[in-house]
Amino acid sequence: MNDVMAKINLKKLYSNKLKKRTNRNIAVDIILAVLLGLFGLFSLWPLVLITNNAFKPLNEIFLFPPRLFVHNPTLNNFRDLGVIMGNSWVPVSRYIFNTLFITFLGTLGIVIVSSMAAYPLAKYTFPGSKVMSKLVVYALMFNSTVTVIPNYIIISRIGLVDTHWALILPALSGTLGLFLMKNFIVQIPDSMLEAAKIDGANEYKTYWTIIMPLSKPAWITLIIFTFQGLWGATGGTFIYTEKLKPLNFALMQIIQAGIARTGVAGAVALLLLLVPIIVFIVSQSNVIETMASTGIKG
Amino acid sequence: MPGKTASVSGTGLEKVWKEHKEKYILIAPFAALFIVFTVIPVFASIGISFTSFNMLEKPTFAGLSNYINLSVFDEIFLIAIKNTLVFAIITGPISYLMCFGFAWIINEFPPKIRAFMTLVFYAPSISGGAFMIWKLIFSSDMYGYANAWLMKLGIFSDPVLWFDTKTYVMPILIIVQLWLSLGVSFLAFIAGFQNVDKNLYDAGLIDGIKNRWQELWYITLPYMKPQLLFGAVMQITASFSVSAISIQLAGFPSVEYAGHTILTHLHDYGTIRYEMGYASTIAAILFFIMLFANIIVQKLLRRVGE
Repeated sequence: MNDVMAKINLKKLYSNKLKKRTNRNIAVDIILAVLLGLFGLFSLWPLVLITNNAFKPLNEIFLFPPRLFVHNPTLNNFRDLGVIMGNSWVPVSRYIFNTLFITFLGTLGIVIVSSMAAYPLAKYTFPGSKVMSKLVVYALMFNSTVTVIPNYIIISRIGLVDTHWALILPALSGTLGLFLMKNFIVQIPDSMLEAAKIDGANEYKTYWTIIMPLSKPAWITLIIFTFQGLWGATGGTFIYTEKLKPLNFALMQIIQAGIARTGVAGAVALLLLLVPIIVFIVSQSNVIETMASTGIKG
Repeated sequence: MPGKTASVSGTGLEKVWKEHKEKYILIAPFAALFIVFTVIPVFASIGISFTSFNMLEKPTFAGLSNYINLSVFDEIFLIAIKNTLVFAIITGPISYLMCFGFAWIINEFPPKIRAFMTLVFYAPSISGGAFMIWKLIFSSDMYGYANAWLMKLGIFSDPVLWFDTKTYVMPILIIVQLWLSLGVSFLAFIAGFQNVDKNLYDAGLIDGIKNRWQELWYITLPYMKPQLLFGAVMQITASFSVSAISIQLAGFPSVEYAGHTILTHLHDYGTIRYEMGYASTIAAILFFIMLFANIIVQKLLRRVGE
């Protein structure tokens, strides 16, 4: 399937090129297309493998030499996963609820908090606004794991350890969302804001009735990025009560049970993989529109 | 931040507050979270790095002893630094070029194929724990794909213990990291290319642009500078932050510390040994390395197309 795909791409690229721009060298075109195809396979191959493994019966998983594609697809791995999940002493529905709770509140929270802060920073200059904008960019320059120790101390002092808020609140302080929203809102014409002001709207009303509707692609992007992060949360060091743990934690436990669970692990891997990918496919155009406005001004 | 208003001379806090009240209120929730979960922790981390602290007793001031122990006596930390730098120097620039190069090539496709190819390259970075599949690919028995192929081709006669052999750990982790690295910056580049004003290319033709490389350097790159800077920040931060793939694939500790990075060292002292003062020193050093690398690269990239 992959090879066919690459061939089709090559063909299309080639026929497309001829009518496009004049200053193109066909030899270079072909080299670039081959390069793209090779790396496309490199990128896609492990994902195709995951997909196929999820449907492989046990005798195909342990086969020498191993085959990429499944010959006799079966749903056994998914059935086994269902049996294991059904036997766990915390009901699966509880894990699913936890993940949905964390993902929903965290995503909603970050959209509201980031967009509220992004509007004034994008459209006005006032004491403190420049410093804040600078700090937001600097915060992108390091990974949040470097503050993990004081973060743990702060979260335990506030009394949030072993609650879902320990995962949600720190996520809300991430600056990538504010950064994306701000860059997008800058492009909204000032005249629209002035029109609202003439109609007597205050800043809150302008934010809600003008900024939010017009920056929809930006907050959809933000939803996707946040969703991906929170969906994958395992609870880590913050949540130790079993019935508060997210779905991902339960699934990881199943995978780590070793070689006997290889088939089930394949089913789990496919489930974990599919959700973010589907979400991205559905919203791709919004994401690209938002990223077009993104950047650090030189 | 509301706190900054004091710096306005003579106008007085009250006047500033009256004039900008609604803006400050809009910013307040984010500012509060940002201060509590980012600003204070950064300073606290640097503060704790000068103490001896085990989470149970009060921290005691330890001066520079953590820094001295770390840089002079902790040989494993030196391995971690070396590995992290090797990682960053290889995966940082390569992943950045991959993000940019593939976005550039993809940009010339018609929209449908462009959307498909974008998904193909972007999917690994959002697939969460899917990188665990590499454990199966580089499995140490003959059911591992890498071993099976190499044995079938006759290159090896026995299965290779990939993650138990010092020389293989780093290259495999680099491959996996590169596989995961076409993320947010890749999307930013894709979008940036689409945003370039098409008329500029026609104008460029008249001005004597001869080939695609000149077009790239003189027209596209200067136009995309904001995305280039943003992408650099994201890739640099990611390339210094390798830990999960090392711990999950190569194990912890990895064979002869071959996959040990600054972050896995931090993981060791912070979540296993509970030596928080020492762990904070590791965190502080990584913080300054990341900031330093970012600022240098930003300075360099600002000269693109000049």
